[in-house]
Amino acid sequence: MAANTLATEGVTARERSSLQGSAPQTSDAASSQGSGGASAMVAMTQRELASLFYSPIAYVVGFIFLVVTGYIFVTDTLEPGSEASMRSLFEWMAYLLVFAVPILTMRSVAEEFSSGAIEMLMTAPVSDGAVILGKFFGTLLFYIALLATTIPHLILMTVYAQPIFSVVLVSYLGMILLGALFISVGLFASSCTRHQLLSAIIAIAILSLLTFGADRLAERGGTLAIRSFGAYVNILGHFSDFAKGILDTGSLIFFVSGTVFFLFLATKVLESRRWR
Amino acid sequence: MIQVKNLTKAYGPHLAVDNISFRVEEGEIVGFLGPNGAGKSTTMRILTCFMPATSGSATVAGYDVFTQSMEVRRRIGYLPEGNPIYPEMRVREFLNFRGKLRGMGRPEREAAIKRVTDRCWLGEFIDRPIGQLSKGMRQRVGLADALLHDPPVLILDEPTVGLDPTQIRETRKLISDLARRHTIILSSHILPEVEATCQRMIIIAGGKIRASGPISEVRERIKGVSRLIAEIKGPKAEVESAVRKISGVKTVDGAAVEGWNRLRIETDGHDVRENVAEVAAKNNWPLRELRLEVGSLEEYFVQITAEAMAERKRYTAAVA
Repeated sequence: MAANTLATEGVTARERSSLQGSAPQTSDAASSQGSGGASAMVAMTQRELASLFYSPIAYVVGFIFLVVTGYIFVTDTLEPGSEASMRSLFEWMAYLLVFAVPILTMRSVAEEFSSGAIEMLMTAPVSDGAVILGKFFGTLLFYIALLATTIPHLILMTVYAQPIFSVVLVSYLGMILLGALFISVGLFASSCTRHQLLSAIIAIAILSLLTFGADRLAERGGTLAIRSFGAYVNILGHFSDFAKGILDTGSLIFFVSGTVFFLFLATKVLESRRWR
Repeated sequence: MIQVKNLTKAYGPHLAVDNISFRVEEGEIVGFLGPNGAGKSTTMRILTCFMPATSGSATVAGYDVFTQSMEVRRRIGYLPEGNPIYPEMRVREFLNFRGKLRGMGRPEREAAIKRVTDRCWLGEFIDRPIGQLSKGMRQRVGLADALLHDPPVLILDEPTVGLDPTQIRETRKLISDLARRHTIILSSHILPEVEATCQRMIIIAGGKIRASGPISEVRERIKGVSRLIAEIKGPKAEVESAVRKISGVKTVDGAAVEGWNRLRIETDGHDVRENVAEVAAKNNWPLRELRLEVGSLEEYFVQITAEAMAERKRYTAAVA
């Protein structure tokens, strides 16, 4: 066998049975190494979060976020007579996030492709879904850390007024849901291309359509059906419920299903790129 | 351990891998040899489940690379070409990440990192960012990653490319050491590399297997095309015709060098040195040199790849 193992003939029955026979033996060793699903996803989450903290772009986004939220808070919320809630701040921030989140997520998958690191990732026992989910949670954690920088504003507000905490909590929940949906759109865009800038543009385009575009459609649509469609897909419309402190199940479902939908798309795109 | 059957990979109309089949037994170390763009990396990427084949099948350790991809991935340590690893991570951090990706628990991971950093001489670089390391060091990090989970199969794409001579020697030695415990496929476009480390070689060019077998066997095959060089003093025409008459001699090509006839004799594979000496002695022609010029693997390799190029050119012309 040794000399002619390169023979191009088919496998004999004996060889085939010996090959199959050897398989279960080794699978014990594999199961001791874990399923590769959950722990791999946690590893991806940690790595994504760490890579955001390494990346100068994340700091730039963070800096702009802080400056803008601080400015809006001081000039708008902190004015005498204004509402003691995070509403106006968060509604302004939602606009900002249409541009900020795509910049956070643009390198996420695109860079793995452009650097070639995707090859190491996709030849490890990790499913495509775990890769995307890991990246999603990593970016979401970074986003939540950014969001947490508004807590001092909240504390300051309690000094001068009595905000209703349930309202504040719902508005924070809304911000997290909004971020999750934006991040999933960003990841989808990032998995479509190896060019970071292109990925940011795709994500901004999709998010603009689902916010400003849908808003316009809701106002100026030709028929009632078009107008109500525009109103339904308008992310900011659903978000304003949360910002006001209204916990609407329909809007909750909208955000969760939208996020799942784009994460699913991102996974499918990643999968399909193997075939190219 | 590895079995590839009628594997084909097409990128549009271009066939990167064209119906190749081979087997690798457990514990073997096999070298893929071929020029750049021959289909080596594509074959490796299919074996490591990075991309699916257009047709044909491949199994690793009894698992199909397409339908049982996760099982295959658990059993393979892969060093991709160009070794792309995250430059911002530190070596320990990177290996830790890779261990977690493979589902290894903390104690197991720590032991594995210790083992592979010792093996790949990475000890003193363990806390350095990968981006600051030289190409050779990065290559070692990639190798350490491939060994981390102690896989039965190692697939190494151009493991010594970009290394300096000392590092090349060290890496070759490491690979030879590893061969005892792992089944290894490595690729190279440098022939001495495959000669030095592998037991068997597969020469690929233009997506097809051109030659394969144990190194010694391939070398034996090359001997068939070897030439005899003889320098004999005597009348040119007579010397040449006398030598030509020896059985087994195919062509004789003579040239005058300092009053001697320098003959290049091609044979059908027989060693005719004795007969040439006899002819010279019988005719009282002085003989001052008689040697076998063994065709180098290099020449053979060049010849094979040139054929592949010509074939591809004909094919493209036919398609157009």
